[in-house]
Amino acid sequence: MPTLKEIKKRITSVKNTRQITKAMKMVSAAKLRRAQDSVIAARPYADKMLNVLSSLAQREDPEAHALLQQRGKRRALIVLLTADRGLCGGFNANVSKAAERMIRQNKEGYEAIDLMMIGRKGNDYLKRRKGMNIVKVYENITGNISYSTASLLGQEIVEWYNEEKYDAVFLAYNAFRSAISQDPTISQLLPIIPREEDATEQHVPEYIYEPNRSEVLAQVLPKHVEVQIFRALLESVASEHGARMSAMDSASKNASEMMGRLTLAYNRARQAAITKELMEIISGAESVK
Amino acid sequence: MAEKLTLDLVTPYRHVLSEEVDELTAPGSVGDFGILPAHTPLLTTLRIGELSYRRGNEQFHVAINWGFVEVENDHVTVLVETAEPADEIDLERAKAALGRAEEALKKLSPEDKEFAVMRSALDRAMVRIQVAGRQTRR
Repeated sequence: MPTLKEIKKRITSVKNTRQITKAMKMVSAAKLRRAQDSVIAARPYADKMLNVLSSLAQREDPEAHALLQQRGKRRALIVLLTADRGLCGGFNANVSKAAERMIRQNKEGYEAIDLMMIGRKGNDYLKRRKGMNIVKVYENITGNISYSTASLLGQEIVEWYNEEKYDAVFLAYNAFRSAISQDPTISQLLPIIPREEDATEQHVPEYIYEPNRSEVLAQVLPKHVEVQIFRALLESVASEHGARMSAMDSASKNASEMMGRLTLAYNRARQAAITKELMEIISGAESVK
Repeated sequence: MAEKLTLDLVTPYRHVLSEEVDELTAPGSVGDFGILPAHTPLLTTLRIGELSYRRGNEQFHVAINWGFVEVENDHVTVLVETAEPADEIDLERAKAALGRAEEALKKLSPEDKEFAVMRSALDRAMVRIQVAGRQTRR
């Protein structure tokens, strides 16, 4: 049976913890709003880009451009997006595990599957595992995402792809569904798979292309890669704040619950102590008589 | 002329503007071009430069970075990496960027990898200053 003083100490400590988790929840909620807005703001651009790209790719021979070519499965790269900080529930673990599973399942299909890490937590998790080949790690770039960050990453990846260092590139990230739900997603970044458009459903006008069609396509393709990365980064950050918010919310709830239980135990112990003292006094008085 | 063009200017950060305009002039990668209502479907890439459009008697200017334009059914969609309307440009910053780019270019030779980067930074700064200048004159 813990003493009164010990229980009191625990109550204070749980209270402090709750204060911190509550504050973190507030901060994440504010950040989530901002991240959510930028995800929504980025959507029209990415969608329009994909439309243009698909209509272009339909008319062009896929073999004509390296980024559309299916080169067979030899070496693959997975770009894994995680957070730099923890305390956000299963956010980092889920997506890291999804990437790990993918590597294990496709071991036979590919000669090698390498990893590129964006975010510290994914790296911490996977560097200790066997058979994980991490080629590059970027940390602390998800704090403030600018398009130029995505652009630099895109250029690096496209360069590797063009050098035939890799034949396929995948993006693993937490897709943002809502504030409380995130989906670990792995999508193919390269070679680009143009979205199949139903010709009957949507009429695509015959454009005049300047300078010419393949030139336009050649410029749009690498940009598309950058836009995809940009979007994944934004979604990942929004998901991170969402995950942290709900993790901290349940942590605060648990702390409150625990405080309730501890207070009850404290009151009981206090009552027991009083009863005991009274009994001692009464029996003492009794014996004097 | 009764017909008007619907102009949508979109960047990765935001939907900059969506407006009914009478005329549009854009810096295409093979030369500047103008678009009037009832233009044939067109898809072209843009270079760093100044995009301007006219609404009634008012003329507006926007400094843009790489992107492309799609014209279809009197609907013009401009996708660019950055777009700064003339009244949003920070002239001091643009001038500082110009100075930096000029300094860097002096040290580099055209063969350097960074040369192209600095070159486009220089172009961007110059366009920004040019566009901002138009705003004050009006």
